[in-house]
Amino acid sequence: MGLAIAVVVALITLISTGIFLSHHWWLPHAISTIAPAIDRQFTLTFVSTGIIFVIAQLALAYAVWRFRDGGDTRRAAYSHGNTRWEVVWTTAAAILFIGLNLIGYQIWASVHFTGPEPGAMQVEVWGEQFNWYFRYPGPDNRFGPTHPEKMNDGIGNFLGLDRSHDADSKDDIVTATLAVPVNREVELVLRSKDVTHSFFVRELRLKQDLVPGLEIPIHFMATETGRYEIVCSQLCGLGHYKMRAYFEVMSQPDFDKWLETQAAAQ
Amino acid sequence: MSPEVLTPVRPEEVALDKGSGPSGGGDGGFGGDSPDPSERAWSVPARAYRTGMYMALAAITMLFAAFTSAMVVRHGVSNDWAHTTLPRVLWLNTAVLLASSATLELAKRGLWSNESRRFIVWLDVTAALGATFIAGQLVAWKQLAARGVYLATNPSSSFFYLLTAAHGLHLLGGVIALLYLLLRARRILAHSGSGAPGRTAVEVTAIYWHFMDALWVYILILLMTRM
Amino acid sequence: MVFFVLTTVPQSGFGNFALPIQIGAEDMAFPRLNMLSFWTTFVGMAVLLSTFFISDGPPLSGWTSYPPLSAIGKATGPGEGLGQTLWIVSIAIFCVGSLLGSLNFIATTLDLRARGLSLMRLPLTCWAWFITAVLMLLSFAVLFAAGVLLLLDRVGGTSFFIPAGLVVNDQMVNHAGGSPLLWQHLFWFFGHPEVYVAILPGMGITSHVISTFSRKPIFGYKAMVYAMCSIGFLGFMVWGHHMFVSGMSPYSAFAFSVLTMAIAVPSAIKTFNWIGTMIGGKLRLATPMLFAIGFVSLFITGGLSGIFLGQPALDLTLHDSYFVIAHFHMVMGVAAIFGMFAGTYFWFPKATGRMMNEALGKAHFWLTFVGAYGIFMPMHYLGLEGHPRRFSALTGVDFLNSPHLIHLHEFMTVSAFVTAGAQLIFLYNLVYSWLRGPKASVNPWEATTLEWTVPSPPPFDNFAGRHPVIHRYPYEFSVPGAASDYIMQDAPEETKAK
Repeated sequence: MGLAIAVVVALITLISTGIFLSHHWWLPHAISTIAPAIDRQFTLTFVSTGIIFVIAQLALAYAVWRFRDGGDTRRAAYSHGNTRWEVVWTTAAAILFIGLNLIGYQIWASVHFTGPEPGAMQVEVWGEQFNWYFRYPGPDNRFGPTHPEKMNDGIGNFLGLDRSHDADSKDDIVTATLAVPVNREVELVLRSKDVTHSFFVRELRLKQDLVPGLEIPIHFMATETGRYEIVCSQLCGLGHYKMRAYFEVMSQPDFDKWLETQAAAQ
Repeated sequence: MSPEVLTPVRPEEVALDKGSGPSGGGDGGFGGDSPDPSERAWSVPARAYRTGMYMALAAITMLFAAFTSAMVVRHGVSNDWAHTTLPRVLWLNTAVLLASSATLELAKRGLWSNESRRFIVWLDVTAALGATFIAGQLVAWKQLAARGVYLATNPSSSFFYLLTAAHGLHLLGGVIALLYLLLRARRILAHSGSGAPGRTAVEVTAIYWHFMDALWVYILILLMTRM
Repeated sequence: MVFFVLTTVPQSGFGNFALPIQIGAEDMAFPRLNMLSFWTTFVGMAVLLSTFFISDGPPLSGWTSYPPLSAIGKATGPGEGLGQTLWIVSIAIFCVGSLLGSLNFIATTLDLRARGLSLMRLPLTCWAWFITAVLMLLSFAVLFAAGVLLLLDRVGGTSFFIPAGLVVNDQMVNHAGGSPLLWQHLFWFFGHPEVYVAILPGMGITSHVISTFSRKPIFGYKAMVYAMCSIGFLGFMVWGHHMFVSGMSPYSAFAFSVLTMAIAVPSAIKTFNWIGTMIGGKLRLATPMLFAIGFVSLFITGGLSGIFLGQPALDLTLHDSYFVIAHFHMVMGVAAIFGMFAGTYFWFPKATGRMMNEALGKAHFWLTFVGAYGIFMPMHYLGLEGHPRRFSALTGVDFLNSPHLIHLHEFMTVSAFVTAGAQLIFLYNLVYSWLRGPKASVNPWEATTLEWTVPSPPPFDNFAGRHPVIHRYPYEFSVPGAASDYIMQDAPEETKAK
């Protein structure tokens, strides 16, 4: 029995670690400027906790096998512990865990403590059960006010714009896909019409809740063109699983062309 | 491992346990109907009831702390907060409640010195003052409603109704405990030695009552503060 | 699951039976209050289950019930009408039951201990139940408050959590000024201590079982006690780590994440001490011990993934993904349940007077242990791939609807069926052993604590009028020179003399 436990625990440990190491399932290909730093931090955390994981599980397996009751007359050692080891262990764990955290904190700071670079492109991201809408400010670079009482998906006024009265709203462009130019800083302002949603693009390594009543800014720069997906990652109701929109990173000329087509369709 | 501990249960002990022994705690710390604790081989010490009561008060403190922090945060995040002017009757209510704490102490003294009249009369007065306070709070609600201020009128009025209702319900529990003590007053007086269950019940109820009193003063200050 | 299994079973279930016997008391301090707590909890559960039988269906906003989804009513989806209201009522009733229960635990532990049983001689199980009771006492009151506010938002027209200008399904919502984040703060102030409420009793049982079946005193008893105390204490200061991406001030994330890392330290101490107890021991690998070993393994796995999630920067990709599900199921779900199984196999002989079948117990352990890893280990990989949680189907998103990830789901589903099937073995064993199991002796595991000095099953008042007196620390195994390899806590002093 002792041997069986040791073998099974060791196997589970080594196989699951092996699968991690094989990168068969791993963080998807990253396409934003902050992503490499996050991936580095992830790898650093993975390596340090992975070593602890393997050592601790194997130590458990070894202890169970080595000190099992073999039916002999041996008596267990009489010991109440070892304070010195306790202190060493505690200190090492504290330094490692808190150290890791401090290293990773710079990344958090670069995402949240500094605003976007000047000249960033602004886009509003709106969530509703179970759709995404995106609003570009148009040539005047200003978003018009939204009127909740005018919001009506049935007639296509998703964000409650009053284009006949509000000058700023006239050239606003509302789309169902988020497109951004490559290598350009983008600032998103997240808003929700109804319940809490969460904006997540895995390739950007970026996630932020959309909280009704709040306007939450986040910023990023995408570095590779392509078509990706935005998924909702905060439970928002029955259709949560299908709340998805495409996220397209385009070259600047492609983007300009795309925006023109969208503007024409308003 | 000694086998002599395996004595079977004596049936009379089981029978005794069913009905006897102080139990309860919580709101009132109700005394049981144990005729005499010394008859029992094993009993719950009086301090356990006090511990239980203090723990209940800790939980109630957390409840009101949560309401308070919700109030502070709710005030901080919004611009729709309008201070609710308190109805005047609250001052009268406060005086009534403070007085009830004093009368309860007088009742306790009556019990300590085994003066049954004093105990019962002051206990009566305390319960009546408690009921008056609750009635007074209802008057305060009516006055507010007459001004057109309801639960959902404004965040500040929401908190007014919420906090007064939460406190009122807790105090109602205290009044019920007092009535229960009155119902059992003869028994309590018959066995009022130190550590007797009835005496513990009175002590524990008093702790609860004074706490409710202090809690009300806190709530009043909170509601008065123009944030 | 969180409320009516993980909160009640390890604490109220095992604690109400074993705590009074272990501390030498006839019963809990307030038996009637205890009964009230039980029936209150029962009513709470009945209210919750009733939501399955209403036309509207059960609520769908999960155990966290974030408003506005949970606050607005029917418009936000089926189950969000009456079902959600009943959920709040159920949880509020549950809070009351838990509060009554926890003050009983605290008073019992503090005031009913046998003569000689100082706090530092308490079995670690009692320490765990005691600290859990304190956590419940302080956290459930806050959940209750939050529940009252949410209920008022739903039925009283107030706006504690509902902001202005909401439009649900093209319908304006008539509320203004509330804050959805306020609920999250209140909820997680309760919610994080709650996960320790689930796991601490398991830690206590594991410590107790590992020492008993290793025939060795627990490694670092005091360190274990202080570790549990600091886990409980720090548990109240880390709720913000559930909210790194919620829109809460990003600056507060720093404090929350450092404190979160700090809480990993006492957890590491515990793991170290469990393995330290086994090293040099003489391990009897009976079923309770197998589940305790399983607990340690799962706790290591689930604990370490917390190091990822405690870092706000990594939360940018891992938050609310399957990685989170893997983490908390390993550490507070499956590990806590392993603690319950260890406790069941350990105390079953005491509670029923009969032994459980060891062969069935071992089969149950193996299938559950391997099965649990089969379910929850692959979730880490899904989480890395960016798989969000709480998706009822994979058809809505292209990258999820690919064989690359579906294979993992298939593997997890098979593992889940195997694990669930293994529980039938457990149920069969439970019923069969209760009726037909071999009679248990007073102390079948040769353990040292007081419950093993009374008959199996114990008499109605546990000690039949006797007042046990405690002479020593709870884990005196393999004392050099002693006649047997264990000394009961109530054995007189001379027993130790050579």
